This record gives sequence, C-alpha cells and structure tokens, in this order.
Amino acid sequence: MSITAITDIEPSDGLRPIDTHELWAFRELLYFLVWRDVKVRYKQTVLGAAWAILQPVLTMAVFAVFLGHLAHMPSDGLPYPLFSYAGLVPWTYFSTAVASGAGSVVGSQQLISKVYFPRLLIPFAAAVTPLVDFAIAMVTLVALLVWYHVTPGIGLLWTPLFVLLALATAMTVSLWLSALTVVYRDFRYIVPFFLQFWMFATPVVYPASIVPAKWRLLMGLNPMTGVVEGFRWALVGGPAPGPIVFVSAAVVLVLFVSGLFFFRRTEGTFADVI
Amino acid sequence: MSDVAIHVEHLAKRYRIGAIVEPYRTLRDALAGLLRVPFGRRAVEEAETTLWALDDVSFDIKRGDVVGIIGGNGAGKSTLLKILSRITAPTRGRARIIGRVGSLLEVGTGFHPELTGRENIYLNGAILGMARHDIAGKFDAIVAFAEVERFIDTAVKYYSSGMYVRLAFAVAAHLEPEILIVDEVLSVGDARFQQKCLGKMDDAAKSGRTVLFVTHNMASVQRLATSALLLERGRLVGSGAVRSMVAQYLGGHSQAHYHVDHRTGQPQFLEAHLVSDVGQPVARVLNTDTFGFRIRYVLPRAQAGIKVGIGVLAADGTHVFTSGTDDVAIELPGDALEYEALVIVPGDTLLAGDYHLALCLWDVGQIFDLQEPALTFSLEHGPSVLYARGSDRKGFVHVPCQWTVAPAMTMASLP
Repeated sequence: MSITAITDIEPSDGLRPIDTHELWAFRELLYFLVWRDVKVRYKQTVLGAAWAILQPVLTMAVFAVFLGHLAHMPSDGLPYPLFSYAGLVPWTYFSTAVASGAGSVVGSQQLISKVYFPRLLIPFAAAVTPLVDFAIAMVTLVALLVWYHVTPGIGLLWTPLFVLLALATAMTVSLWLSALTVVYRDFRYIVPFFLQFWMFATPVVYPASIVPAKWRLLMGLNPMTGVVEGFRWALVGGPAPGPIVFVSAAVVLVLFVSGLFFFRRTEGTFADVI
Repeated sequence: MSDVAIHVEHLAKRYRIGAIVEPYRTLRDALAGLLRVPFGRRAVEEAETTLWALDDVSFDIKRGDVVGIIGGNGAGKSTLLKILSRITAPTRGRARIIGRVGSLLEVGTGFHPELTGRENIYLNGAILGMARHDIAGKFDAIVAFAEVERFIDTAVKYYSSGMYVRLAFAVAAHLEPEILIVDEVLSVGDARFQQKCLGKMDDAAKSGRTVLFVTHNMASVQRLATSALLLERGRLVGSGAVRSMVAQYLGGHSQAHYHVDHRTGQPQFLEAHLVSDVGQPVARVLNTDTFGFRIRYVLPRAQAGIKVGIGVLAADGTHVFTSGTDDVAIELPGDALEYEALVIVPGDTLLAGDYHLALCLWDVGQIFDLQEPALTFSLEHGPSVLYARGSDRKGFVHVPCQWTVAPAMTMASLP
C-alpha cells in the first residue's frame, strides 16, 4: 500500500475548493451517465433519432412561414429558413440541455441518497447528452446548406469553438438551475417559462443586426447571443459577430465559476432535502 | 495513527423535523419568510424543529477490523453510514478515512430497467467507483455469481425480483475497496443466495479489509463482526466486544409486548404478545408450560409469498432457535389486510431464563420488517426434574436424552 487515499469529511458550509483530482478520477462515470441517457432515450422513443431532426425542422418551418414569409423578418441576406435553422440548432441543443439539466439533480434522487460521487457530474452529464441530438441536427443543416447552395467560408474553422461555448453555457445554466431546483422546488415550473422567454431574448429567429448598434454589445450579456450569432456566422455566413462573442464568453466564465461554488456549497445537503 | 482506518471526531448531524414532511423550500416560502421574519425569532424556531440524528460521536476503527453498528430505530446508524459514505455532510465534527472506500447502502443503485444486465453491470460498477477495465476483468465472475448467464442481454425490467437482486449484489460483491461500508445488504435473496453473500462478506473480512456495517440482525453481527458500536438516540453509548454490546443493546430494549403505531407503508408487524397455550396474553410462563406468541401484522398492499418467522434469542443475543411459516410449508394469504398469527412453542423445551423474541416478515426478495428484539420474556422454573437441585443449569434447551448406565463389561459385550 504505497499511495493511501485519504478522505476527509467535514461540514459543507463555507467556500470549498473544487476537487479537480476527484472529478478527473470520476471521468468514466460522466461517460457512463451520458451513455446511459443516450441509450435509454433511443430505446424508449419510437421516433428515436428522427425526433432530433423533426423538432428543429418543424420549428423552423413554423418560423419560416410566419416570420420569414408573412412578416418579412430580415435575415442578414440569407434565405430565412436556413437562417433560422442555423439559429435553432444550437438553441434547441441549449434548451434541451437546460430543461433536463435543471431537473437532473432532483431526478437523480435514487443515486444521490445512496452513493457518493461528485454531484457535479449530474448536471454536466445532462448538458453533454443532447450533443448527440445536436450532431444529428447538424446533418440536416449540412443538407440545407447544399440545398441553398451556400458554401461556408473560413469561419467554418471556428465552429468547434462555438459548439464549446454552447456546451459551456448549457453546463453553467444547468449547474445553477439544478442546485436551485433542489433548494427551491418551484423552479420546476419556472424553468420552461424562463427558457421560452430566453429564446426570444436571443437572436435565434431574428438577427442581432435589427437591434441598434449601441445596444448590441449589451446583448452579449446573454451568452446565447454569442453562441447563436457566432455559430450561424461560422456555418452559413452573414456579418461576423465581433466583440459580442467575448462579452458572452466572459459572462459564461463568471457564471460558471460562481455556479461551481454555489453548487459545492449546497451539494452537502442534497441528500437531506431531496 | 498508522493503523487507524476510520477516525471520527465529535461527529454530529442535525435534521429539521419539518423536513420529514416537506424537506425542500419553495421560493415563495423563502420570500414570504424573509418578509415576515427578517431577524430574531429564527433561533427560537430552530430549537423547536430540529433533531440531532447524530450527536457528538467519536471513535476510531483499526485497519482490518470488522465493526458492526447496532442500535434501535432512530439511533443514528444510517445517518452515521451516510456521513461516512459522503452522501450527506455532517453539521459538526469531522472524520478521516484512510484508504480506498467503497460503500454499499443499497444494492443495485442506479440500475436502469430499460438497460440489459450487461449494460447495468457496467453502469452500476461505474457508479460504485469501479474503473471500466476493472469491471471488464470481473465481468464473467459477476455474471457467474449472479447466475444470470442466459439473460445477460435482456433488459432487467424483465428479470424476476430474485434475479434482479442477485445481479445487483453480484456487482457489489466484486467491489474490492480497502474499507467497505455496508448497510444491511445481506438481507437479500433466498436462503442459498444469502449463504453465498455471507461467504463473500467473510472473505472480505478475512482478507484483512476493514468493514463497517449496520445491521438489525444480531446473528450476522455476531457471525461477522470483531467488535461493535452501540448507538442510542444519536449518541454512542458503547463500543467493544460484540457479545457484550449485543447483550447491552438487547437488555436496553426489554419490553413485555411489542406495539407500533407508525405505519411504514411496507408489510410490518403491529403487535406481539406472549400468550398461554390457549392464546391468552400472560405476563410470564413456566418453562414447563406450553406457551406462544400472538402476532399481528399488516399487508398494506396485496402481496403473495409473504413469510412470517420468529427467533428466540438468549439474553446475550445467541439464537436459540428460529421458526417460520415456511418451515411448515404454510402458504400465507396475500390480500391487503391485517392478520394475526399464533405460534405455539411446546412446553419443557426451553430452560428457565430471560429471552428475547425476534420477528421477521419477508419474502424471497427482501426483508420487510425485522424486529430484533421485539419483546423480552422470562420463563420461570416449572415443576421439572431439571430444577430439583436448584436453579442453575447451563445451556438453553431441555433435550430429553436417553441414558443407559451399566457396568462396562456388559456394554462391551453388546453386539
């Protein structure tokens, strides 16, 4: 017994550091939690993968008819269906991730009350799982690009970065909401409304360019603005998002770190109140 | 310090009593509370509505010790395990565990009904903290132990409850930490499988692993543990040799009859009395008289295959005998009703003395209610030849042996 593991158990109040060693040691569990959710999801639904395509496509069709065709919503010179679909793909990912992430800790009551592992993995896994649907929806997006004869520019190389920002945003929001939902149960009812509201505060079905230039940077405070604008620019073109992205990234970073501490502070009593 | 595996110092855990009804708050309540009681009053309220489930508990467990935690309901056993398993944080105090810990508060944690046996082995293993290559290496052993080879690629929702439990236990049994924390997981499966599980626990104990386990079962504590901790209402009231702790626990719980009002929602015992041979409640009986127990239990839901058993324990916790409805192959009715069982013990079988009665309600898959001890009773000297010369006799039972004594020559010449 050369290296001995030492576990210290103490009250959970006060600021506690994030145990990165432990998170790393449990990385396989994150994989298994995601793997479980993906398996179960595709085993249970008849539509399976088709749902991942249908949901954004149908939403896009509705917006294309009402906003694009009837209301003549500007779309930065892009065909409106392509424009809105390119926004709906990251948004659908985000809202699916947050909706399941917010309830993830409460929904894992069985696990939490019987076994220890870093609780952070629960909202993280919930945020990672919908990436599978996201990947499937991306295939449709490529098909639309071909259909509209749109060739992505050099911006395409930035795509992974915006996907990463979307993941980070989803993780951050799931982190906060999952802990808050444990402490205040009425968050369950708030979250769906909150997401709906958030979608209209994000330039998904309208371009950020319809907002006056002096206010535009302020829109970056909503991290999904940076994600959606950046993702759309990278894949289908239009005006580059510029500094909005940095504002969004900074907001995510601040919220992520504070969320980690908030989560750590509350997780010690999850098993008692769940 | 180097031979200490678990060091616990002034550990305490407070629960809100209101928490049992509604553990979580709502934002609405929080806002309303803030408006109503900005300062003051809070401290008063706290004192009224909190419960110290664990109160200033300190102890050390040495490497290689197998320690049983015993105590009545609400003694804080589970809370202690939950804190040491890091499921919940203590309110005060601290603990240090030196060595890799594995804790099993339940078997099959995280099993998903839609996934196959194979998939659940990997998932459950990962949840218990096993590495993937570790699980892969033990996979065949786990499947063989659980005896589910043919169904390994079937979703576990199609498993019988026996198969499910066996698979769940098999994964848990192959967890090989340096320190094992266990909560009554021994009480699963049929008798043959239980033997297998006990064997596995024995192995764990003998291989020098440190084991800390909670149990209601005085037999398993005596069989497995090298020492015991006795908790009572959140406090540690004793620690040391298993026999003396068990005796202290049983002695502290002597009551003439058993009665509960609290309904658990599970099949459970409601009442038990010592009765005469005709079923009349009595305070004491002679050891030569036929006597019995009248036991009332309830099945809140229809439940087939239920079994009722009793155990008679000596004052030090030794099982003198056990008896169950399955011994006499009685099929019990499973309708959701209250039932009364009458069990008669023939006279002149037990010696005079103090005994505890244990009650158990179970089916193949699990134990629903185990009360050990449920009640304590005394048998007084009856008009028996055994006591002709005074009161002291060793042992617990009267076995009417045949005796023949003759000069040795005659004996040798017998055919």
